[in-house]
Amino acid sequence: MSLTFFTIVLLGLACTGYVMGRRRAMALARSQTAALHSRPVYHGWYVALACGLPAIVIWVAALTIGDQLIESAIIASLPQELRDASGPVLNRFLADAETLAKGGQPAIDVTPALVAASERFGNLRTLEHWIGFAGALGLGLIGFGLAYRRLSTALRVRQPVERLLMFVLLLAATASILTTVGIVFSVLFESIRFFSQVPIFEFLFGLQWSPQIAMRTDQVGSSGAFGAVPLFAGTLMVTFIAMLVAAPIGLMSAVYLAEYAHPRFRAGAKPMLEILAGVPTVVYGFFAALVVAPALRDAGASIGLLVASESAIAAGSVMGIMIIPFVSSLADDALAAVPNALRDASLGLGATRQETITRVVLPAALPGIVAGLLLAVSRAIGETMIVVMAAGLAANLTANPLEAVTTVTVQIVTLLVGDQEFDSAKTLAAFALGLVLFIITLGLNVIALRVVQKYREKVE
Amino acid sequence: MTEPTFAIHSGPAAQARLRRRYARERRFKLMCLGALGVAAIFLVVLIGSIVSRGWSGFLVTQMELTVTYSPDLIDADSPRDGNFRMIVVEGLQQEFPEATDRSAMRALLGLVSNGGFIAVRNAVVDDPMLIGQTVTLWVPAASDIDMLNKGYIDRAAPEELRRVDDQTMAWIDRLEADGKIRTGFNWNFFTTGDSREPELAGIGGAILGSFWMLLVTFLVSFPTGVAAAVFLEEFAPKRRWVDIIEVNINNLAAVPSIVFGLLGLAVFLNLMHLPRSAPLVGGLTLALMTLPTIIITTRAALKGVPPSIREAAMGVGASPVQVVAHHVLPLALPRLLTGAIIGMAQALGESAPLLMIGMVAFIVDLPSGPLDAATALPVQIFLWADSPERGFVEKTSAAIMVLLGFLVVMNGVAVFLRQRFEVRW
Repeated sequence: MSLTFFTIVLLGLACTGYVMGRRRAMALARSQTAALHSRPVYHGWYVALACGLPAIVIWVAALTIGDQLIESAIIASLPQELRDASGPVLNRFLADAETLAKGGQPAIDVTPALVAASERFGNLRTLEHWIGFAGALGLGLIGFGLAYRRLSTALRVRQPVERLLMFVLLLAATASILTTVGIVFSVLFESIRFFSQVPIFEFLFGLQWSPQIAMRTDQVGSSGAFGAVPLFAGTLMVTFIAMLVAAPIGLMSAVYLAEYAHPRFRAGAKPMLEILAGVPTVVYGFFAALVVAPALRDAGASIGLLVASESAIAAGSVMGIMIIPFVSSLADDALAAVPNALRDASLGLGATRQETITRVVLPAALPGIVAGLLLAVSRAIGETMIVVMAAGLAANLTANPLEAVTTVTVQIVTLLVGDQEFDSAKTLAAFALGLVLFIITLGLNVIALRVVQKYREKVE
Repeated sequence: MTEPTFAIHSGPAAQARLRRRYARERRFKLMCLGALGVAAIFLVVLIGSIVSRGWSGFLVTQMELTVTYSPDLIDADSPRDGNFRMIVVEGLQQEFPEATDRSAMRALLGLVSNGGFIAVRNAVVDDPMLIGQTVTLWVPAASDIDMLNKGYIDRAAPEELRRVDDQTMAWIDRLEADGKIRTGFNWNFFTTGDSREPELAGIGGAILGSFWMLLVTFLVSFPTGVAAAVFLEEFAPKRRWVDIIEVNINNLAAVPSIVFGLLGLAVFLNLMHLPRSAPLVGGLTLALMTLPTIIITTRAALKGVPPSIREAAMGVGASPVQVVAHHVLPLALPRLLTGAIIGMAQALGESAPLLMIGMVAFIVDLPSGPLDAATALPVQIFLWADSPERGFVEKTSAAIMVLLGFLVVMNGVAVFLRQRFEVRW
């Protein structure tokens, strides 16, 4: 008897409740639905919820509490030396016992103790499922009976059903809040643990970044250094290069599309920018690493410049291309929000189009454009794949865009990819970097939204 | 003689000034158009460089191999354990009788891909009656031969700098002259999982992984997102906490995707102990990431339904819930689905958060459910882009072309839905 089977039975019970509740309402009203206070559908839902909800709640509760009980029962039955083993060893043993009970291949050697534990595990699991299922089914049937007998033409079933639905909708709306809280807590907790090992001052202002913790204590540089300044500098440089590419091209395309272009030309050019925006970042990363970086290196070599094969300029310029459509669409919105009266007045005074744009329209749209650029910067700072594939790994503190630099996002990825033990400063450092990233992008975003809002109030 | 007041506007100086202003106007317009042109050139170079590198990734070089399943090398009771390398070598020696010493035999083995030995084995496992007979098979050639055949290895380069030596090249030329080398469409590319050997590697596993992941993402984020949007747009009271939710959703949309990866790692893996590398975890992480997009597009769709519809429904006695469920939602459905598809397209192209939750492993088997270890299409591209072998460059580009193809189809469906079903009020 599998878990899925029990769950399907319980859901089937709720469905039966729906059908029977509906039918009963129709029977009570003698097919004259006007005689009912609530439509028959609500009667169906009423019965279905009355039997389904308690059953599901009991079922889930039984499974979670049961798993805890089983685990402690198994630990109690283990031989003494295993019970005294450290946490990870014990957890490994329990996980393998579970795998064996399910018929899988355990990672550790099969010992008699493991077989005994896995058999116990299997038996207790079955018992847990049956007890939980019996409880859920019983409660569901009781709920079904009570609700079914209460049904009458005058019963106001619409209100409770709708109230429950509203509660579900509210729950969905708070999911985004929960996500934010989850991000803040998961990043914050690990960061606090990191800062208990590495002083926050050293992290924010240190100039050395070498997170490798040595295998042996007598090795050179065994402690690892966690000064994040080279990462911040690298991130800033890549972002700066990206904005150098994206800001002029994006802004001028937006000006052309908003001020000059024929509607038909616009209809053709906009999808082009949308395609550029829709290309996945991993594709841009591949493009940067395989096309742009070698081209820049060869171009540099032909004029006697040494360009690293993983250079800040390759990653930055490709990131700039990626951000062009972003800048252009936000600037387009800002330009479109400028009232036509301003343009007409300027043109009426004899100004050329160009004079109107540079002296009237752009200044009027400036707050919106600035907000758009801020959002673009925040996007560039958080961008990961392009820099992972095209910028370097070594933390160089340099102002030369032709050299390899590393960024905050690159380090998060390199620190966390692959197997990790969760207590070392190395993995915790990734969360501290994540916290910095989250705070900076959130700050930029809040400022940008504030600017847009202020500006919108002024224009309207 | 003109009046002095007119001279300011029509004298030679004025004419020159006007010409300058008009010239500046033209220059400015051209520069703006040029910016668009530069963006277009970027797009063309991007797509062009990928297509020019990737089209050959859909092709595979095969060679005709005549092998004799001699009973000395293969046991009829367990055909699986035969000495297939020897069988292949003997078959090739029929072709090239001069290759008799050990090093030449090793070079001969180098012509055939590992997939070739497997093909020779599978033929006899499927039909044990073949033992003792001579069979002709088309088998995949080794990666270096594949590269040579596709013209990626410079035949004029000195031998010691070339991946393929003169001897092998002579053999290949002879096979080619006999019509025993052909280039076929690489169907295996779409059906097999990852492999260390470029000629055998496929994106089948990655596509399945992406499919399971998007399924989870859709099942979680679409109902939640629509429910949240309906609540905020139709039922939420004008209170402070509702404002906080709205601001929060807008901010969440701008959080870098890698931070969602950190969340997935901390919550789904370390707290809830869900299996690493599973599409379930990837799907949940991406669901949280696409949630703001879906909420924002759904709200726009709901705003697009005119109030008169709601008032008419209320007027005949529908409850607020009935108004939304019976009228507003069905009318907003096309735009709602458009938003969902665009959100899914975003999720399909996303890879950074998946790196955090262990979907970067080397996985050969095809995942058969959301709990199996798997990788996703963009992550597969990332993995292959890192491989040093020349053969993986074309595979990476080919995989990118498949990914872009999926995105084009999804966005095309979204545009179609929008144009076909959208009601103009």
